[in-house]
Amino acid sequence: MKVIKINKKDWENGINQSKKEYQLFGPVKEKDNYIFKKLQLDEYPDMEHKDTLVSPKSILFPQTEKILQTNLDESIDDHHIMKQVKKDYSKRAVISIKPYDAKAIQILNLNFDTDEYKDPYWCEAYKATTFIGLAVNNPSVFDFSSSTNTGPFAEQGLDVLLIDCSKEYLAKVLTDKGQAFLDVAGFNQETDNKKAIEIINNMKKKAENAISSQISTQNLKDKNTLDLYEAPFWDDIAFSCINCGTCSFVCPTCWCFDIQDETKGNLSYRIRNWDTCMSPLFTLHASGHNPRGEKTMRVRQRFMHKLKYFLDKYDNGIMCVGCGRCVKLCPVNIDIRKVCNLMNSHEPDTDN
Amino acid sequence: MENPYIPYPVVIDDIKIATEDKSLKTFKFVFLNKQDEKKFSLYKAGQFAELSIPGIGEIPIGIASSPVEKGFVKFTVFKTGVVTSHLHNMKVGDIMGIRGPLGNWYPWDMLKGKNVVIIGGGFAFTTLRSSIIYMLDPANRSQFGNIDVVYGARTPGMLLYRDELYEWETRDDINMHITVDGTNDSDWKYNVGFVPAIVEKKAPKADLNTYAIVCGPPIMIKFTEPALKKLGYNEKQIIMSLENRMKCGIGMCGRCNIGKELVCKDGPVFTLEEINKTPKEY
Repeated sequence: MKVIKINKKDWENGINQSKKEYQLFGPVKEKDNYIFKKLQLDEYPDMEHKDTLVSPKSILFPQTEKILQTNLDESIDDHHIMKQVKKDYSKRAVISIKPYDAKAIQILNLNFDTDEYKDPYWCEAYKATTFIGLAVNNPSVFDFSSSTNTGPFAEQGLDVLLIDCSKEYLAKVLTDKGQAFLDVAGFNQETDNKKAIEIINNMKKKAENAISSQISTQNLKDKNTLDLYEAPFWDDIAFSCINCGTCSFVCPTCWCFDIQDETKGNLSYRIRNWDTCMSPLFTLHASGHNPRGEKTMRVRQRFMHKLKYFLDKYDNGIMCVGCGRCVKLCPVNIDIRKVCNLMNSHEPDTDN
Repeated sequence: MENPYIPYPVVIDDIKIATEDKSLKTFKFVFLNKQDEKKFSLYKAGQFAELSIPGIGEIPIGIASSPVEKGFVKFTVFKTGVVTSHLHNMKVGDIMGIRGPLGNWYPWDMLKGKNVVIIGGGFAFTTLRSSIIYMLDPANRSQFGNIDVVYGARTPGMLLYRDELYEWETRDDINMHITVDGTNDSDWKYNVGFVPAIVEKKAPKADLNTYAIVCGPPIMIKFTEPALKKLGYNEKQIIMSLENRMKCGIGMCGRCNIGKELVCKDGPVFTLEEINKTPKEY
């Protein structure tokens, strides 16, 4: 593996260079929060940012997205025939994505890119994107990513991993896509690889040690689904929930969506929007019947999906990357770490 | 890359009122493009499709026509929500879309050489009609043993596909047990009683070669299960078709799950054994 050295003095110049070939997305401060957005010519990614409020999944899977369109005017050809909305899938790069958010993109990819069906909007955007990660030197108190198959220096899903070494970035080149980006940006100063890797590994260890909270997931796979589903703790967990949906909104791994038609004049669009399993409308049948009509059922669905159904379906870890956003932002302090540990240690009452 | 969200354009070729209360209509669609029809016609009895009305939305509906019927597809739709209400007001000649076929189907390969008992209630008889037409087709009939059908509705006028039901009654290669919850019609010559009761009385007892396919409202399913158990059917021999709210129909939008199974993609057809392993959120 190659490591490139980037002097911070050269950073903005490299960003300017790369904008000639790539659309860039990066964290910027808006009001009190950081968000990922498309960088304008005079904008640079904020490399000192803490967590972004929502995850960068929206770059590939927008909160609202037109997918099909048609014209309802019966006097024209092709009226009422739905066609794919044309989109720009030119090269883009996400700068300063956190390793756990990059891992989350890999999880979303399992849903949208399958053997049977491929979601073209996701797949095209994914193919066009280069992921330039930034290692987390100082994990936040909400970060528990080292126990979710990722971590502050994890590389999965990244094309380049940047490590902030005060005066310079070390850039671990992980894929050809990553190398191509660095070439365009003009970052090509090679360095003593062995020494660089040693520095990176030391910083990695330090960052991992700074993570204070862990979850235990090792027993989840062998637990019986129905035992967990019928566990006695769900009412307690859900008691304070107000079904606001913040947890799924800020979650980097939540992929559920709604499809709605919207028409203005004769122009009609089919649009997909993020949706949340916390909403009773999510599962409401037209007949009025609702298979998850009670709040507890919806809260249980969210955790069972992330920590059990996903695990059973893909055998590829849990559907949580430990970013801590839902823990931080839940208005009633429901904590996925506690729920996970409860599930992981649950033993069914064998008296019955 | 094929876009699974784009519906095939179709034209409404015929609309028939299906029940006496006019709450159900059968729509016959013809594909605008021959190659779309060719692709869609690979469907198997038990699958569904998204009926897609531009500007209004989509609804998942079981395919009521049978793969052995060529040149068109049929869907029988109950008027209940935004899209179905709009559809009920559409006319012959209107253009809309169909996306599919979607989901799995009744396990026809496994059912070869077996006796099949079809149990349906109310308007959940659409994919069962598709199945019966498929099995009765001269090219297929010899592949199956005895075929029994228990089908019930509230009144005689609420039975779907009445002409076909009465025609099947006259045949000797299918045993029909039509029933209604009640009727004032003194000429009614079939059964009176709820589906589970008729199942217990008329359906064949289970043996290793007999499978039951059940499709109906939740309340009918709930009471049919014990009736079948009494007749000796085990949970592998009871095949059910579920429904849940859906949007994408291709296993991505996440709302129709029962446990880790997605009703739209892993279903809608499950054995009772499979269903008993998942939370019953349907």
